[in-house]
Amino acid sequence: MTHDVPIGEDDLQAYLDDRLPPKRRGEVDEYLARNPAQQALVDKQRGDREVLRARLADKFAEPIPARLRIEHIRAAQSARRRQQFSSVAAALAMIAIGVAGGWIMRGEVAPGRVAPDAAFLASAVNAHRTYVVEVAHPVEVAASDEAHLVNWLSNRSGRKLETPPDLSAFGYNLVGGRVLPSGDKAAAQLMYQDSSGGRLTVYLRAGGGRNPAFTFDEREGISTFTWTDAGFEFAIAAELGRDRLLPIAKLVYERMV
Amino acid sequence: MDARSHALEAQIPALRRYAFGLTRDHAAADDLVQDCLERALSRWYLRRPDGDLRAWLFTITRNLHISNIRQSKRRGLHLAFEEGDEPVSQGAQEHALGVRDVLDTLDQMPEDHKSLLLLVGVEDMSYDQAASILGIPIGTVMSRLSRARRRLRELLDGRQPVSLRRVK
Repeated sequence: MTHDVPIGEDDLQAYLDDRLPPKRRGEVDEYLARNPAQQALVDKQRGDREVLRARLADKFAEPIPARLRIEHIRAAQSARRRQQFSSVAAALAMIAIGVAGGWIMRGEVAPGRVAPDAAFLASAVNAHRTYVVEVAHPVEVAASDEAHLVNWLSNRSGRKLETPPDLSAFGYNLVGGRVLPSGDKAAAQLMYQDSSGGRLTVYLRAGGGRNPAFTFDEREGISTFTWTDAGFEFAIAAELGRDRLLPIAKLVYERMV
Repeated sequence: MDARSHALEAQIPALRRYAFGLTRDHAAADDLVQDCLERALSRWYLRRPDGDLRAWLFTITRNLHISNIRQSKRRGLHLAFEEGDEPVSQGAQEHALGVRDVLDTLDQMPEDHKSLLLLVGVEDMSYDQAASILGIPIGTVMSRLSRARRRLRELLDGRQPVSLRRVK
């Protein structure tokens, strides 16, 4: 009785979960018949799985509380938005003045599109362009000193930062970060790099409204997504197409909770 | 009810079950699910229209849970004393009978093991879905699942290196 592919722990897990194709299941059956100790372990672990399911069955069967009805959650959200509106309106007036100034400075007008954070976007892109080409000192504090980096950026940017988002699923590793002047505030920049040397930056500073509009922009080959969340403005910038940057931006957005 | 509300509400029983498995606290579990739904509504436009809604909601729930854990760690342990009652009374009862409650035992494990056992074993998520929710490659899912199940069995057998996390 020979098997082309030896039985692995992944086979045993899938066997236990009843997810193996019939042929492979037969092979695992044979293997377990020859290995009573493994058979006993699989039986016990399958039992554990059933116990856990049974233990949580009541929770699943419970009627859902009224406060979790989508209708109620929506109503609460729009009530909150109405409350915020008056205070935000004043801030928007200020921002509008800044934006108008920004457009004049840029010497171009984007017709018909409201970009409440044009100045922020410009500083994020400038910071990106300045430091991605830097060879000797791309960052002030290296990723190897992560605890220090997080602390320092938190203190300087005024936002209690979590560990920088892990972008390794997209092939990007954290290089480090730096603090930059941005208007009258301090901004923080995190830099990531892939194996081919391609770089990506995440830029944030205090400010912005509470509307988390997720805005795409591309200029001179640099794609950006900007958004605001919890009193902070965020930008992610890279020389990537929109479709490649979007999933990365989403991950950063989710992790920067 | 519109299609979006319908699709979201259909997931609530499973989300509550997962949240309860993570927190072992009924009120905290519902808070977690509520946060998840609020976030899902406000970020609906970030969802890929052809994407897996279920996996997306579980991802949000898990991320919120992790960030809650971090925050309560930072704030110290006063959370545990706020309510005055232990959320594990049922577990405690079974202890008295000499039966080890599986949720108590699960709680001694690291969050990623816990999530995997719940997502795959209880929620019947595919391995691919589990990989995307945890943000790890599928190979890692398989070996971590294998380790988590071995570990759960050891703990239920009472063969545990004493865990300090349960000390109150």
